[in-house]
Amino acid sequence: MKLELRGVTKRFGTLVANDHIDLVVEPGEIHCLLGENGAGKSTLMNVLYGLYKAEEGEILLNDEVQHFSGPGDAMAAGIGMVHQHFMLIPVFTVAENVILGHEPTRFGGQLDLPAARKRVREISDQFGFDVDPDARVEDLPVGVQQRVEIIKALSRDAQVLVFDEPTAVLTPQETDELMLIMKQLKEAGKAIIFITHKLREVREVADKITVVRLGKVVGQASPTASNEELASMMVGRAVELTIEKGKAKLGEPALVVRDFSVIDPIGQLVVNNISFDIKAGEIVAIAGVQGNGQTELVEAIIGLQPKVRGDISLNGSSLIGESVREILDEGVGYVPEDRNVDGLVAEFTIAENLILDRTNGEPFVKFGSLQLGLLADFSTEKLKEFDIRAQGIGTRAGNLSGGNQQKVVLARELSRDLKLLVAAQPTRGLDVGSVEFVHSRIVEARDAGVPVLVVSTELDEVVALADRIAVMYRGGIVGIVPGDTPRDQLGLMMAGETRKGNGKAA
Amino acid sequence: MSTSVATSSTSGSKVALEKTVVKSWKTPIALGFFALVSVVLFGVFGRSGVTQFRVSTSADLIQIPDMFVPSDLTCWVLAIVMVALAAFAAWRVKVAAKVPLWLTIVFAIVFVFAFLTWAAAGALIPIPGLLIGAVSLSVPLIFGALSGVICERTGVVNIAIEGQLLAGAFTSAIVASVTKQPFAGLIAAMVAGMLVSFVLAAFAIKYLVDQIIVGVVLNVLVSGLTGFLFSKVLSPNEQLLNHPPRFDRIDIPVLGQIPIIGPVLFNQTIIVYIMYLTIAVVAFALFRTRWGLRTRSIGEYPQAADTVGIKVNTTRFWNVSLGGAIAGFGGAYFTLGSVGLFTKDMTAGAGFIALAAVIFGRWDPIRATLAGLLFGFATNLQSVLGVIGSPVPSQFMLMLPYVVTIFAVAGLVGMSRPPAADGKPYIK
Repeated sequence: MKLELRGVTKRFGTLVANDHIDLVVEPGEIHCLLGENGAGKSTLMNVLYGLYKAEEGEILLNDEVQHFSGPGDAMAAGIGMVHQHFMLIPVFTVAENVILGHEPTRFGGQLDLPAARKRVREISDQFGFDVDPDARVEDLPVGVQQRVEIIKALSRDAQVLVFDEPTAVLTPQETDELMLIMKQLKEAGKAIIFITHKLREVREVADKITVVRLGKVVGQASPTASNEELASMMVGRAVELTIEKGKAKLGEPALVVRDFSVIDPIGQLVVNNISFDIKAGEIVAIAGVQGNGQTELVEAIIGLQPKVRGDISLNGSSLIGESVREILDEGVGYVPEDRNVDGLVAEFTIAENLILDRTNGEPFVKFGSLQLGLLADFSTEKLKEFDIRAQGIGTRAGNLSGGNQQKVVLARELSRDLKLLVAAQPTRGLDVGSVEFVHSRIVEARDAGVPVLVVSTELDEVVALADRIAVMYRGGIVGIVPGDTPRDQLGLMMAGETRKGNGKAA
Repeated sequence: MSTSVATSSTSGSKVALEKTVVKSWKTPIALGFFALVSVVLFGVFGRSGVTQFRVSTSADLIQIPDMFVPSDLTCWVLAIVMVALAAFAAWRVKVAAKVPLWLTIVFAIVFVFAFLTWAAAGALIPIPGLLIGAVSLSVPLIFGALSGVICERTGVVNIAIEGQLLAGAFTSAIVASVTKQPFAGLIAAMVAGMLVSFVLAAFAIKYLVDQIIVGVVLNVLVSGLTGFLFSKVLSPNEQLLNHPPRFDRIDIPVLGQIPIIGPVLFNQTIIVYIMYLTIAVVAFALFRTRWGLRTRSIGEYPQAADTVGIKVNTTRFWNVSLGGAIAGFGGAYFTLGSVGLFTKDMTAGAGFIALAAVIFGRWDPIRATLAGLLFGFATNLQSVLGVIGSPVPSQFMLMLPYVVTIFAVAGLVGMSRPPAADGKPYIK
C-alpha cells in the first residue's frame, strides 16, 4: 500500500510541531525519517496514526484521502505502529495483547483464546519470531516484547508499518535481528517508515531518507551519504562527531566497589556481587541495556538504596550507611538519569535549581535566609560559563529545552569541589550540539583529576567517553575492558556473553 | 580489576534475577502477639464449664448431635497449639524460608475456635445461626466489593460505594413502600446507585477532579440528603413512604437441607440468590469476555488500550455506572432484605468495609467475596457473643469487625499489586 502525506501541519499552541510536511512511502520500501529529538517525527507519526488531529494537510493511502478520528480508523485502513514505549499490557499474555481491540469471540462475547493463540503462532512462524502466545509480556525480554508489538500490527493486516525509535531499547544484537525483520517485511511488500536519530542504522536498511529539522522537511538524502553529511543536515550546521580526548593521567584508585549487591523489596539481587574501581583522572563507563542494574548501582553510590551488601568506598572512607547529605558533602557530584524527576524542580527558577544541594549553610544561606545577591551573581556567572540559553536566571527550569536543563544540572554539580562525578545517561534526549558540550565538560572534569563514572545505554557515548568500560548484565558485571574495545565485542557482552580468552581485565 | 559473576544462559525467555530471601518478621510477630493474648486471656481470665456447639438446625436431613467441650482444657490445648504455630513461623523466618499461607489460615481458625470456646463457657453457640447471620451481613459488603472491583479494574477508585449503598437503601424503601412492590424497589435502588456513580464518573473522568475527593464528598452528600429527607419527609409519613414489603426467605429443596451449608446458603431471600449469580457473572465476564479484557487493559495501561482503538473514557464511564448500579442493588438489601425500613445512615460504614474487601481480595471478584464474608462473620460474631453474654465488654466487641479489617488489609495482604492505572485519570 502506498502512503502519502501532503502538507501535514500540527500546532500545539504557538509551537508548530509539523510544518507542511510531505512524504511518500511506496510498498516494499524502507523509508527512513531522520531527525533529532524534538524535530517532530513522533508528532507526525501520531497524526498518521490518528492520535492527533492535524490542523492542515491530508493523508492518502493508495491515492485515497483518509479521515482518521482515532487509532481504530488508522488500523482499519492498514496502518500499524511499533511504538517507542511498547503499547503492551504487562500483566496480559502475548495472545491477549495481540487480540486486544479486535477480539475473536464465541457466543456471549466470550473470548476465543485458542483462535488467538493460533493466529500468534501463524504470524510468529511466518517470520521466524519464536514467541510463546501464553507467556506473560512482563516476563519477556525487551527484544521479544518488540516482536509482540510487530505481531500485533501484522495480526490486523497492516500494510504500512511505522517503527518509532525501535532500537533505543535493544542490544546491538537485537538491533541486527530487528534490521533483518524489517528487511523481511519489506520483501513481503509492506511499506515501512523507520524513525530514528541513529545514523549507522539508517545507512544499513534505508532505501530512502527524509531528514526533518524543527518540524520541517529539510531534504532527502541517499543511504550512501556519509555520517557527517547526514548529521549536518539533521542539526543544520557542521558537527564534530568525535570529541577530543587526550590520554588519561591516572592517579590512585579513588572509588572502590567491593562485592557489592543491591537487594530490591522482593528480594531480587538487582545488583549482584560486583567489584570495580575508578582511579583519579579516569572515566569508567558502565555499558548495558536499560534495566540491568545500572540505575540501582548509581542510586546506591549516592545513598538512595536502602538494602545493600558489600562495600563502596571513596578515597579510603566507606560510603555505606551514610546519608545522601553526607555523601554529597564528601564531594560526590551526581547527574541523575532522569533530570525531570530527580535533577530539577521544574517550578523553580534556574538560580534556585543551581543551589538545590547547597541550602544547608554558607555561602548561599546565612542565618536561615537566602543570600539573593550572591545567588544572582553566581547564577549569572554559571549561565555564561555553561552557555545556558535562557532569558535570565529567573526563568523556570521547566520552560527550558532538554539540553539547557541538562546544562543547569551539570553547572550545579560541577561548580562544587568534586571528588567523584557520577553521570547517569548524561545526554539522553539531547540534541547533537548539547551532546558535544556535555561530553567535553565530562572530559574536562576527568582531566582535572576527578574520577568519573558514566552510565549510558548508548554505545556511541560509552565509546566516546570511556577510558575503561564495564558491561553490566542482569545485575552483574560481565567484564571490564579497555575503552577501545570493538563494538561487536561490547555488543556480545551486553547480551551477557562473557569475554572469550584474554581473561585479564585492563 | 576483578570481574566476577558468571551469568551464563541468554537463551531462556524468562528474565528473572537471582533472588535472596528478604526476612519479614511480620507474620511471626503477629501470630506471636495473638498467641500471647490467648495465653493471657485463658490464664488470667480462665473460665470453667462446658461449651456447647450446635451444628445442625431442626430442618436438616441429617441431624448431627451437639458438641460439648470442656472450656478450660480446650482453651489451653488450643493456646499451646497457637504458641507452637507462632514458634514454627518464627523458626521458618530465622532459617530464611517462607511462612506458608496455610499456617496463617490454620492459626486464624484455631484462634477463632478457642476464643468462641472461652467466650461461651457454660453457654451454647449456634454455629448455623452464626453463619446465617454472617452471610446476611456480608450481602451489602459483597455487592459493594463487586462494584469496587469493576470500578478499580477499569481504573477509577470508587470511594463512593458507601453513598451508593445508602442511596440504594433509601430509594428502594420509598419506591417499594409506594408501589407495594419489592421488585420495583430493587430496580429503583439500581437507578439510585447509578445516579450517584454518574456524578463520580462525570467529575473524575470528564473534569479530572481527584477521584478520592469526589467520592468522599458524594458520601457526605448522600448521607446528608437522605438523613434530611428521612427526618422531614419519611418519618412523618411512615406508613406511606417507609413501610416497604420485605422479601421472604426462599428455601431451595434438597440443597436447603444439607447440614450446616444448607440453611446458611440456600434458605435466603431472592437478593442473596441474585448475589450468587452476580458474583459468577462478574468473575466470568472480567476474565473470559471481550468486555473484561478491555476493562482490565484500561485499568492497567490506558494508552495501550487507546492505541488499539478502545475508547478509554467512554468505557470507564459505563463501567463506573455499572459499578454504581451493583452497589445500589446491594443497598436495597438493608431495607428490603433485612431491616424492613430505612433509618438514618443505616449503612454504617459498610461501603468502606467493602472497599477494604476489594483490596484484601486483591481486585479479584471471588477473593473479594470471600473477604466480604470474613468481615460479615466478624460483625455477626460480635452480635452473637453480645446475645449469649460474653465476658468481653460490648464496646470492645463493637470494634471487632474493624480490627479484623485493619489486620486483614495491613497484615495479610502484603505486596499485592493493584491495577497499574488505578485512580489515574486518562488524558491524551
